[in-house]
Amino acid sequence: MLSVRDVSKEFILRRSAAEWVRRQPGDTHLAVNRVSLELARGEILGLAGGSGSGKTTLARMLIRLVEPDEGQIVLEGLDVRAARGRQLREVRRRMQMVFQDPYSSLNPRMSVGAAILEAGRVHDQPGSEAGGPFVARLLDLVRLPASAATRRPRELSGGQRQRVAVARALAVGPQILIADEAVSALDVSIQTQLLNLFLDLRDELGLAVLFVAHQLSVIAEVADRVAVMHLGEIVEIGPTAEVFRAPQAAYTQTLLAAHPRHVALAEALIPGGPA
Amino acid sequence: MTALLRLEGLRIAFQHRTGSTEVVRGVDLEVGPSETVGLVGESGSGKSLTCRSVIRLMPSHARMTAARVEFDGRDVLGLSTSDLRQHRAHNVGMIFQDPFSCFDPTKRVGEQVAETLRVNAGMDRSAAHDRALELLASVGIDRPEQRFRAYPHELSGGMRQRVMIAIAISAKPKLLIADEPTTALDVTTQAQILALIEQLRRDSEMAVLLVSHDFGVIAQACDRVAVMYGGYVVEAGPVDEVCAEPRHPYTRALLESIPNVESAGQRIRRAGIPGQPPNPAELRPGCPFVERCTLARESCHDVDMTLAEVAPGHVTACPIVAAAVGAASSTRGRP
Repeated sequence: MLSVRDVSKEFILRRSAAEWVRRQPGDTHLAVNRVSLELARGEILGLAGGSGSGKTTLARMLIRLVEPDEGQIVLEGLDVRAARGRQLREVRRRMQMVFQDPYSSLNPRMSVGAAILEAGRVHDQPGSEAGGPFVARLLDLVRLPASAATRRPRELSGGQRQRVAVARALAVGPQILIADEAVSALDVSIQTQLLNLFLDLRDELGLAVLFVAHQLSVIAEVADRVAVMHLGEIVEIGPTAEVFRAPQAAYTQTLLAAHPRHVALAEALIPGGPA
Repeated sequence: MTALLRLEGLRIAFQHRTGSTEVVRGVDLEVGPSETVGLVGESGSGKSLTCRSVIRLMPSHARMTAARVEFDGRDVLGLSTSDLRQHRAHNVGMIFQDPFSCFDPTKRVGEQVAETLRVNAGMDRSAAHDRALELLASVGIDRPEQRFRAYPHELSGGMRQRVMIAIAISAKPKLLIADEPTTALDVTTQAQILALIEQLRRDSEMAVLLVSHDFGVIAQACDRVAVMYGGYVVEAGPVDEVCAEPRHPYTRALLESIPNVESAGQRIRRAGIPGQPPNPAELRPGCPFVERCTLARESCHDVDMTLAEVAPGHVTACPIVAAAVGAASSTRGRP
């Protein structure tokens, strides 16, 4: 469904005063270096890597929040790099992003319902003219009570706010969700709830998800396939089980070795009781 | 073994116009000399405030009371302002999650290490400079002369955390408090920082109180662990035992929620913990976990959250589990 070929992005770092006077070019940083990947309908692709590996830059290039320098991005026959005006809006309707911090991505002065409705109306989604039922359906999709519609973001917990961010993304009827560290700031027990929500949405709506995270264990459990980025390149990509059982790239092996060991539960909470 | 740190009945409440909200509700905790103790819990559980009580580092609107806060046989609660300064300077080192906000961005990092030595150890300028270089080298910073002259923003997150550790151990403290020291770091850097803390602990016989929301980190680094929820310690014990045989429903549910790389591709769906963590302003008497607990019953609303021993050194606040474990072990003991 989505095909990315040899995409690169180089950032020009700020020039020093001396370089500016001498008209010398500033230092550059190659954030993403000729990266290719495919995302199929209903697939969850994990994008792992340390900070500075280029995973966020890559994710942002897919919806042109960052302009790629070269390469090709095609979404079901639609050339993303060439899209302008209405076509670019269509690209962004079909691919929606969910960010790490829902507190800064939601308007604090807008009620949850208004924020969801606004997104739907901007993209003329069927049902959005009606208001109430449209919002109720989306809140239901992310397992929030319809009463949440009148709340403001600050009245909600972190996990609930992130659900609102997902509902707002779903309001425009996307085919792909790009979740950029969407569960990283949440407590473990809340994180599990959000991960299950992504799995449910994939099953119910056939959504594809690009799941960007620095936590390998989170990716291990939700992704069908995983791509590992290091220094702007994808060093390894494959089915999740294979990559984690027998990592080929040296960097993947380093990452896995550094991961805190898993704590195995031996016994039931009450001896002799059900596990 | 006499404890280095002993907290008993610690309570911390935030004062506001309409009353006060208790966020730490009676915590007992002991740390022995050169022991690593973990404090694990989710946001709002009270773990950070609990560890800050050791040096009485409280927000201005927080009121702290305790039956006992004893460090190395001395009462911390009764310390005068100048004695408290000495206590903070010499006995306890502390490192935080975000090393960037702890530095002065306009000063070279080496100067900031040296400044600590001049102020706290009374060294002169050149002695402090030399000792600062030694300290930087001891926390695994290569080319310390060069790094000494770097500004905080020129260092990576892991490097900044190393400098902060250098400052924290500069007075050879008996206890290092590490509050989420690796949360902002990559997994590879996290492993290096944990290894560094462990090496320093062994070399200088320093105790470590490690606060984290990540059970994986705690399991890897600690000897003992205390699990906090809703302002209480709900379970405490040897870390391997607590991880393998948790004796509180919250600990068990938390451990079951942790995703793990070994189940890669198995598409398991974890049950997680239903509901939300409690809001401290709405906490009632009884067990704070009752609304999310699978074992909950009517009597849980009257539980006083005292800790009962279920195995040597292993305690739980859940009377239901404690009673069941007690019954199981007494039947096992019978001929």
